[in-house]
Amino acid sequence: MAQEVLAALSGNIWKVCMEVGDSVEEDDEIFVVEALKMEIPIYAPCDGTISEIRVKKGDAVEEDDVLAVID
Amino acid sequence: MAVLEHMGIFAVTPGMVVMWLISLTLIYLAISKKYEPLLLLPIGFGILIANLPLTHLMEPGEGLFWRFYHYGIEWEVIPPLIFLGLGALTDFGPLLSQPRLIFLGAAAQAGVYITFFAATSFGFTLEEAATIGIIGGADGPTTIFLAAKLAPHLLGACAVAAYSYMALVPIIQPPVMRLLTTGNERRIRMKKGRKIGAREKLFFPIAASVVVILLVPASAPLISMFMLGNLFRESKVVERLTDAAQNSLMNIVTIFLGLSVGATMNAGNFLRTEVIFIFFLGLFAFMIGTATGVILAKIMNLFTSNKINPLIGGAGVSAVPMAARVVQRMGAEADKKNHLLMFAMGPNIAGVIGTVIAAGIFLTLLK
Repeated sequence: MAQEVLAALSGNIWKVCMEVGDSVEEDDEIFVVEALKMEIPIYAPCDGTISEIRVKKGDAVEEDDVLAVID
Repeated sequence: MAVLEHMGIFAVTPGMVVMWLISLTLIYLAISKKYEPLLLLPIGFGILIANLPLTHLMEPGEGLFWRFYHYGIEWEVIPPLIFLGLGALTDFGPLLSQPRLIFLGAAAQAGVYITFFAATSFGFTLEEAATIGIIGGADGPTTIFLAAKLAPHLLGACAVAAYSYMALVPIIQPPVMRLLTTGNERRIRMKKGRKIGAREKLFFPIAASVVVILLVPASAPLISMFMLGNLFRESKVVERLTDAAQNSLMNIVTIFLGLSVGATMNAGNFLRTEVIFIFFLGLFAFMIGTATGVILAKIMNLFTSNKINPLIGGAGVSAVPMAARVVQRMGAEADKKNHLLMFAMGPNIAGVIGTVIAAGIFLTLLK
């Protein structure tokens, strides 16, 4: 079952730590978002494989934007 | 002989040498530790130069630094211009989406008032006590603004205390916040507020200016410029002005602000026992402000089912965005998927306005 990885808060994508096809466990760090000069990690909501990454480094994201999809 | 008399080296006093050491310490902290370098670096250098003898740089009507100080700070030009830039940098969204968080920004001003009363009991005059209390608002330009009007002889000490403690927010606040909250409270995840539309954000600076200035007219210089900067930002039609206010203008006035503040700090003004009390009371003000914000959040939780994470009360002292970062970090320590940063920006911004209002009230009562 596919699950979306959402941006927990607005900011800029500082780092993309995984690639499509990587397998992840719940609570693995997938992205680092930069907001107010703070680096805030975004963690995997579940176990699975990353089937899609919708943002790249430097993109501005809003809260609740879909950043990636885990199958 | 005449040449020797005019050489500064023979006019150096021990007090000046102590001030050099203070200046070098601030320059060191600014460069090596990155403690508020944009301000502490020019302040530190200003102190050094102001404590070299026979320069006449602070000679009224004559000296270069005196002119910067007189026209920039005494004439109330620079702090409001900084506020123009801050307004252009501020997003009121987090505050508007949860207006109840305004109360946390107001509660943290208790630190200002409690310190005011504490300072009067230490023998400071009312004007001096107000200037010391406002350090607890954790807002540099407001502190300088008030000091210039009420107690210019304390301006340097109060400004340095305010900026140093702001840099030390990540060290000062967490113990207070930890002491007053339980692990479960720190883990509270807050419900998102509603989305704020562009129109609301556009009307806010206009409405807030009118309301605040009608209530506390003495706050007008700072509030009007703050809200004008924000109106630039939210109007989205004057990006050049927004950009100038946020960047070039702000940088230019920061240079003159720091240098002038440093230049007021001569040995005679600064090397007094009172100054130790100022630093002590300023720290006290920061801690009380942090505590009252957290405590009010806990009280509000007694009456609502939509719980507030009491950590965000600590962001009610202004120190934007350092205090909000502290909240985010402490929240994430308790629960790594909990993101309090944007919630904390609400009381943080309310705290800025609260401090300006507190300064306006002091001015109204004491001037």
